[in-house]
Amino acid sequence: MFELLERHGEAACILAGGQSLIASLNMRLSAPALLVDIGGLEALARIESGEGVLRVGALVTHARLERSPEIARHVPLLAQAAPHVAHAAIRNRGTLGGSLALADPAAEYPACALALEAVLLVAGRKGERRVRAADFFKGLFETDLRPGEVLTAVEFPLAAKGDRSAFAELARREGDYAIVGLAAHRSQALRLAFFGVGATPVLAERAAAQRSLREASEALAQDLEPAADLVHAAATKLHMARVLLERAWNAISTSH
Amino acid sequence: MERDFDIALTVNGVRVARRVEARQHLVDFLREELGLTGAHAGCEHGVCGACTLRVDGEIVRGCLMLAVQAHGRRVDTIEGLSDSGELAALQKAFHEHNALQCGFCTPGMLLAAQELLRRGGKPSREEIRAHLSGNYCRCTGYQAIVDAIEQVLHGQG
Repeated sequence: MFELLERHGEAACILAGGQSLIASLNMRLSAPALLVDIGGLEALARIESGEGVLRVGALVTHARLERSPEIARHVPLLAQAAPHVAHAAIRNRGTLGGSLALADPAAEYPACALALEAVLLVAGRKGERRVRAADFFKGLFETDLRPGEVLTAVEFPLAAKGDRSAFAELARREGDYAIVGLAAHRSQALRLAFFGVGATPVLAERAAAQRSLREASEALAQDLEPAADLVHAAATKLHMARVLLERAWNAISTSH
Repeated sequence: MERDFDIALTVNGVRVARRVEARQHLVDFLREELGLTGAHAGCEHGVCGACTLRVDGEIVRGCLMLAVQAHGRRVDTIEGLSDSGELAALQKAFHEHNALQCGFCTPGMLLAAQELLRRGGKPSREEIRAHLSGNYCRCTGYQAIVDAIEQVLHGQG
């Protein structure tokens, strides 16, 4: 596989679940000369326990994340996020790694990875390197992956007793891309990763440091600078982000 | 560079071997090579659900999967699932509730609904709607479709 990627360089495209890539081929938005189908690599489809982490293979599908008892127990935020990804038939094929490697600004998992301080395992011909989620998402559909590299797995810290997480998004229709979304996790500290508000998921650090919801909601304006889209003004998006903040804040403070 | 591949798969219980272009979608392979035109190519970018198929027991988009990716797999289409009688209760309920008009979305609707039924439990109307959110119907307004599925769910006792 690495040899193929090296030989064909940017003309080659890695095909995982294909739920975004094949759609973009259909619309002629991308036209790679070569597709390298990694769908048969079983080693990338495992969910394994490591030291203090759950290692989730890049080819694990959304449907598996949704139903896996290990995910529900150890990385509940992912289990909460998965049902929001597209529709049932797409969740049966789309993968965790595909979503992270594509880095759509409105996608759920990049924000989850950021909120959970996940580490992404990236393999290349010369070996493997580990990239923190905070360093992985570089820009609009842009990641730290270099030509010839493949995202193989993601390590999520195991949720400790007393950790809380909440996931919420606003979309026009069930399964549509989120207008604004929030992946929230509280371990030692609260981490609020918003998506749909910028080129990459955005950590709302000022809001997360506040003691009350009212203060957090006010501080959010300093954390987020959402751009208007075709339908929603910037102020609307900020308002929606505040609605989600309230929902997540309340869920985290009251859940057991 | 290789552009054509030999594939072997099981379609509606029958072993099939063909040589296909790498770029051919599974739904086009079924429609054009095998004459199975029940799954429809609608939007062709994964939004409308008209091309819904079952691969290894799970529903997928026939337009977001290449035929080569189906190598070694079991594919079931509306034709096979209808002939086997698996969808009979749903089909009867759709008929009774007038849950289709032009019928373009119906094969996909039936496959999506059947996946929900197979999962067991008693999903609410909201959960039925959420599960069908990836299947467009431009005629019925969905109400009758949800009614039909609900009837089968309740009929299952």
